[in-house]
Amino acid sequence: MSELLQFVFSGLTVGAVYALVALGFTLIYNASDVINFAQGEFVMLGGMTTVFLALAGVPLPLAAVLAIILTVIVGLALYRFAIEPARGASAVVLIIITIGASIFLRGAAQVIFDKRFHSLPPWFGNEPIRVGGAAILPQSLVVLAGVLVIVVLLWAFIERTLIGKAIVATAANRLAARLVGIDTGRMTGLCFALSAAIGAIAGLLITPITLTSYDVGTLLALKGFAAAMLGGIGSAVGAVMGGLLLGLLEALAAGYVSSQYKDAVAFLVILLVLFAMPRGLFGRAPVERV
Amino acid sequence: MRALLKHRLACVVVMAVVAVVLPLVFPSAYYYRVAALVFVFALAAVGLNLLMGLAGQVSLGHAGFMGIGAYAVAIGPTHLGLPSWLSFILGGVLSALTAFLVGRPILRLKGHYLAVATLGFGLLLAIVFTNEARWTGGPDGMAVPRLALLGTPVRGADAWYWISAVSFLIGATLAQNLIDSPSGRALAAIHDGELAARVLGIDAGRQKLKVFVISAVYASVAGSLFALLNGHITPDVSGFLRSIELVAMVVLGGTGSVAGSLVGAALLVVLPQTLTALHDYEHMVLGLVVMGVMIFLRAGIVPTLAGALAARRA
Amino acid sequence: MTVLAAEHLSISFGGVHALEDVSLTVPPGLVFSIIGPNGAGKTTLFNVISGLYAPERGRVQFVGEDVTRLVPEALARRGLSRTFQNLQIFFRMSALENVMVGRHRHETTGILADLLHLPVVVRQNRATREAAMTALARVGLAASAERPAASLSYGDLRRLEMARALASEPKLVLLDEPAAGCNAVETAEIGAIIRRLTGDGITVVLVEHDMRLVMNVSDRIHVLANGRTLAEGTAAEVRANAAVIEAYLGMAGGAPEASEG
Repeated sequence: MSELLQFVFSGLTVGAVYALVALGFTLIYNASDVINFAQGEFVMLGGMTTVFLALAGVPLPLAAVLAIILTVIVGLALYRFAIEPARGASAVVLIIITIGASIFLRGAAQVIFDKRFHSLPPWFGNEPIRVGGAAILPQSLVVLAGVLVIVVLLWAFIERTLIGKAIVATAANRLAARLVGIDTGRMTGLCFALSAAIGAIAGLLITPITLTSYDVGTLLALKGFAAAMLGGIGSAVGAVMGGLLLGLLEALAAGYVSSQYKDAVAFLVILLVLFAMPRGLFGRAPVERV
Repeated sequence: MRALLKHRLACVVVMAVVAVVLPLVFPSAYYYRVAALVFVFALAAVGLNLLMGLAGQVSLGHAGFMGIGAYAVAIGPTHLGLPSWLSFILGGVLSALTAFLVGRPILRLKGHYLAVATLGFGLLLAIVFTNEARWTGGPDGMAVPRLALLGTPVRGADAWYWISAVSFLIGATLAQNLIDSPSGRALAAIHDGELAARVLGIDAGRQKLKVFVISAVYASVAGSLFALLNGHITPDVSGFLRSIELVAMVVLGGTGSVAGSLVGAALLVVLPQTLTALHDYEHMVLGLVVMGVMIFLRAGIVPTLAGALAARRA
Repeated sequence: MTVLAAEHLSISFGGVHALEDVSLTVPPGLVFSIIGPNGAGKTTLFNVISGLYAPERGRVQFVGEDVTRLVPEALARRGLSRTFQNLQIFFRMSALENVMVGRHRHETTGILADLLHLPVVVRQNRATREAAMTALARVGLAASAERPAASLSYGDLRRLEMARALASEPKLVLLDEPAAGCNAVETAEIGAIIRRLTGDGITVVLVEHDMRLVMNVSDRIHVLANGRTLAEGTAAEVRANAAVIEAYLGMAGGAPEASEG
């Protein structure tokens, strides 16, 4: 029982990161129909930049903030230089562009940083908290709390501010949004920026537990995408639920089936969702007109 | 003259001439080896081009099939005591079978769903190759026993140059044949308008599956050749980066152009070799190339050049 | 013997009853037109008949066989062809290649033979080419055979799509607004082509808004409104039908107009 509880907690923790990556995917997908494979790189940049700034002597809190800002700039640059010039290209071309961007960012990280694993100090120490026979790291709670805060803030932003409404309008119908005077280019850029920030924060939160290195991005992007698909691509609620669920499935599979094939769970989920329930758990049905 | 140039095998003849003439300017064995690699990857690219260029589908996991072919010629002789040539054939059969089983459900998807499904599939294969260390040697890979034809081991960079060049030319010929045939027209129709194609009696599902299987066999053959000429393989041969490189080769050279696949392969194989000083920047360059091609040069090199030449003549 | 029969077809999307208990019978060799105001369900009816949608209720019979659940490619193999309202031309091909694709159901070579370019494939290619050229000539586009489809005028593209449907040698062809967007001259040409089709023994079912064309070529007219059958009969009968006139009142042009000769 305590073993199960342990798996549940570690699964939810990792799942929380997947949820944030999936949330970032969803934001960008809703605003621009682009599946952004560089999403994982945002997480990597958040963690790695903080580590290296701290190593260079910058106080940790400042390093974290700078890392987030840098990642946001990268996100905006991605939009401005890779996505916008390809406006109107097919979905496949856009995915390949973002894959190219993720490969580029990974290569850059390899050169600018290094190829080793790095960690950050946990926010509240390393002493595990005992709950029902299972040991939870305080940082896990930080991660879960962080996801909650981000989701609430994002919800408030989208529902309660004018800019949030503008984003929703852009996502719903680009042309109509432009016709009522919304600068859709800027709204989409904003979504990329928000997505990057969310990714960077996820990196900051999770690095004390899972470490970070230049190539953590690829796998994270794929798992985040699996989570988004599971939840229903385009649904923010689905992204979060999908992420947590995927983390759970992964941890349970690693614990009870095979830890070697842990990573395969996400891909099996992708294939299963695509074949059995393409809409995911919370997605809307697509309507096609002939 | 123009009619001759438009003949479906014209480009194959040109490439054959290039293949024959090229070694005359090779200063060392190293060049033979690089050229052999170009032909091997060009072969895989031609297969992928049939899928992407002709039929308009996408596969972001195609290196997985290369992996099947590569590991077949490694595992067959090493663990199963099978001769290399038999393992080669079995690899192709296994690839075809896998493509057949996986293809039916996957090809029903469209657009980015199809892209991600193939991506997931390719990655699953890579994970299997990495994990099943008892068979595959794990992340460090395994040695590939030398190919022996009629008792004599095939050795030497120049021997492999000719083997891969001929293999590529055969593959290119088959591809050009397919393009100029009822099946080829059906696939092109599916690409341009699947609904209209179906309404004309084309079984889109079956046709797509056929070309998927064919492209998988191309990749498997290329993977086997790669393993045999390299002498050693790692799971990278089936990895995500390799799959993306293949796509880049196809698009860079020209989606839908068989000659373009050779050009694309040449660029993406030779470039890293010339930039050995910049080896650390390899990924950055690949990323930039992929982005640049997709944004600015989506038609690809060969079609763009051909278009420019035609415009000038007009 | 009827070539096409729809029996009590019903289908709804969301809460919208696109088709409600629609039945019609098409005798062979005629031009049978389906008309009605926008949103009447004409294209939906076509989509059901050609296998793109499955009806919730009702049957479709083609040459005596129940084809309700068949997919479009299966219908095509049985000789049911169609064109599309929004032109589904293969724009990357030439005009001739477009029509050659229309010959698909008569091509018999397998993929292996195609890969090896066996002599049977050479013969097949030649036969397909010739049949396609004949179809192009039938619609008056022989001169444009080698031109890229993308370079043809709109009216030519409409004719090209008809040539492609013709090349498959169908028993019945569904023409979905073949004159949409065409000027008077192009429309008259389309009318002539339609007459040539029935002359070749092909049954034509037509959805059209251009009343002049409809009145000129139709042997029978079936009127739809709001997903239901409003009337059916000859051109004269339909023109005089009070319910039909009312359905069209308020639309530009008033009652369906008489032909000019």
